[in-house]
Amino acid sequence: MSVNRRRIRAIAGKELREYRRNGNIVYAMAVLPLVFLIQPLIQAFTLSTRASVALHHEHALLYMLAIPVLVPAALASYSVVGERLQGTLEPVLSTPIRRDELLLGKAVAAFIPTVVVAYGVFALYIVVVELFAKHAVATVLIRGPDVLAQLVFTPLLATWSIWVGIAVSARSTDPRTAGQLAILLSLPTVALTSLVAFNVIPVSFKLALGFGIGLIVLIRLGGTFASALFDRERLFTSAK
Amino acid sequence: MADTRAPALVVDRLSKRFGDRVAFADVSFEVSQGEVFGFLGPNGAGKTTTVRTLATLLVPSAGSAHVAGLPLTPANGVEIRKRVAVMPEAPGLYLRLSVRENLACFADLYEVPKTRVAQALRAVKLDDRGDDACGALSKGLRQRVALARALLSEPRVLFLDEPTSGLDPAAARDVHELIEGLRQRGVTVFLTTHRLEEAERLCDRVAILNTTLRSVGRPDELRDRLFARSLDVRLVVPLPDPAVVFDGLPAVTGWQADGEASYRLTVVETVTAAPAVARALVAAGADVLSVTEGRHTLEDVYLELVDQTRGASG
Repeated sequence: MSVNRRRIRAIAGKELREYRRNGNIVYAMAVLPLVFLIQPLIQAFTLSTRASVALHHEHALLYMLAIPVLVPAALASYSVVGERLQGTLEPVLSTPIRRDELLLGKAVAAFIPTVVVAYGVFALYIVVVELFAKHAVATVLIRGPDVLAQLVFTPLLATWSIWVGIAVSARSTDPRTAGQLAILLSLPTVALTSLVAFNVIPVSFKLALGFGIGLIVLIRLGGTFASALFDRERLFTSAK
Repeated sequence: MADTRAPALVVDRLSKRFGDRVAFADVSFEVSQGEVFGFLGPNGAGKTTTVRTLATLLVPSAGSAHVAGLPLTPANGVEIRKRVAVMPEAPGLYLRLSVRENLACFADLYEVPKTRVAQALRAVKLDDRGDDACGALSKGLRQRVALARALLSEPRVLFLDEPTSGLDPAAARDVHELIEGLRQRGVTVFLTTHRLEEAERLCDRVAILNTTLRSVGRPDELRDRLFARSLDVRLVVPLPDPAVVFDGLPAVTGWQADGEASYRLTVVETVTAAPAVARALVAAGADVLSVTEGRHTLEDVYLELVDQTRGASG
């Protein structure tokens, strides 16, 4: 079944405008990443050159992979239940839009700011550490493979998290519960990236490859699952 | 290409259940193209569910229908939704977006040119409010924006679900004028409403639903079907013996006092009965104030039919 790009763009554009004008969303998107930036920055500026040797086995950058997991979970979990709450779901579904077009539009809208914010925070961290941290500390904290992992896994983790959020949102009647549940479901992924960052799970190319393939499979399944959970009849008939 | 003479809606024994609960059952009717069709019924009668079913938002449990020339099947959902538009009871606007942004989004969803936005705003007389945030508009203006949104796709069938619900009389009058405008443009309008005077004023025909369809027809047809024709007679002083005057008239089939010097006569045909009654009254020496056709409103029809349903189920 083909999807109509104009309709997907319409939903994504509308969502992005709504994000921009919703103070709560702007606040959440600004604060969450900062929380994950503070700890690595403190570490970068308080470590002595000698102590930085101990960080050779850690991957502080990967700790910030929590950003593309948590930010979109908050956005996507509001996507369907929010429309329902403000009574806009019925007019939208009365148009020729298909379910997959609607969900893709919403996913794109959550994906774009997430990736921009996540890459922005990584870039800020790298620039600040390179400019102001001790050279030996900067060398240990910012390594090519870690940067590459950030670039590759950020969009994958964001997409997975978005499908989880949308799936939760499609079955929720309360936005707050949806948000909490989506973040709760994202925690295992955050735990995994943190364990890798702190070298509890040793990093290897095989691990990265396996993780990447696993995420791609999960993304495919997540999209199908979110679509299956989006039941028009249930959305119109279950209690608000 | 769709047959331009084919009915806009053909509904045949359509039913919708949610588990054990019956939303509406065995509903059949037709709506011609360009007709304004009223769909009346008490709360919970199944009106909104009927609209949602015909607009492909819900799948019927039984029966069949043709909407805007297409069979109502899941496979035709997208094509049907291109041909119809729904204005739900709540306007359902994106309150943080401007009027124009709301309409532009829906123009994209309907795949129509963006120039339609300005046309739709003009049609609802909101061309000077396009840049206002929808959240800043009054309820009446929001309803107008919702109507503009429904007009974007130039639908063959427009479903209006309680379009004047919660509006003050002036705002409701504006919506009525807009619906009159749609009729003149030949748009088929399916109007669900609680306001019986609204239905009587705007609709060519009405259907009364209370889970099952109680009746369909023109308001005057329904009146004739349910109530006998009557004449209301008002005199200056009461007749000493009304039976002597009324019982002898062939056009009068019954009568009853309706106040001190007023009488309600049941007649076969008002046009022939009224002059005969007037002549008989004058011949009897009565001072006649008025002889008028007895009018039952659509509200009388509605209450009679809904009460019949309650009586049958009670």
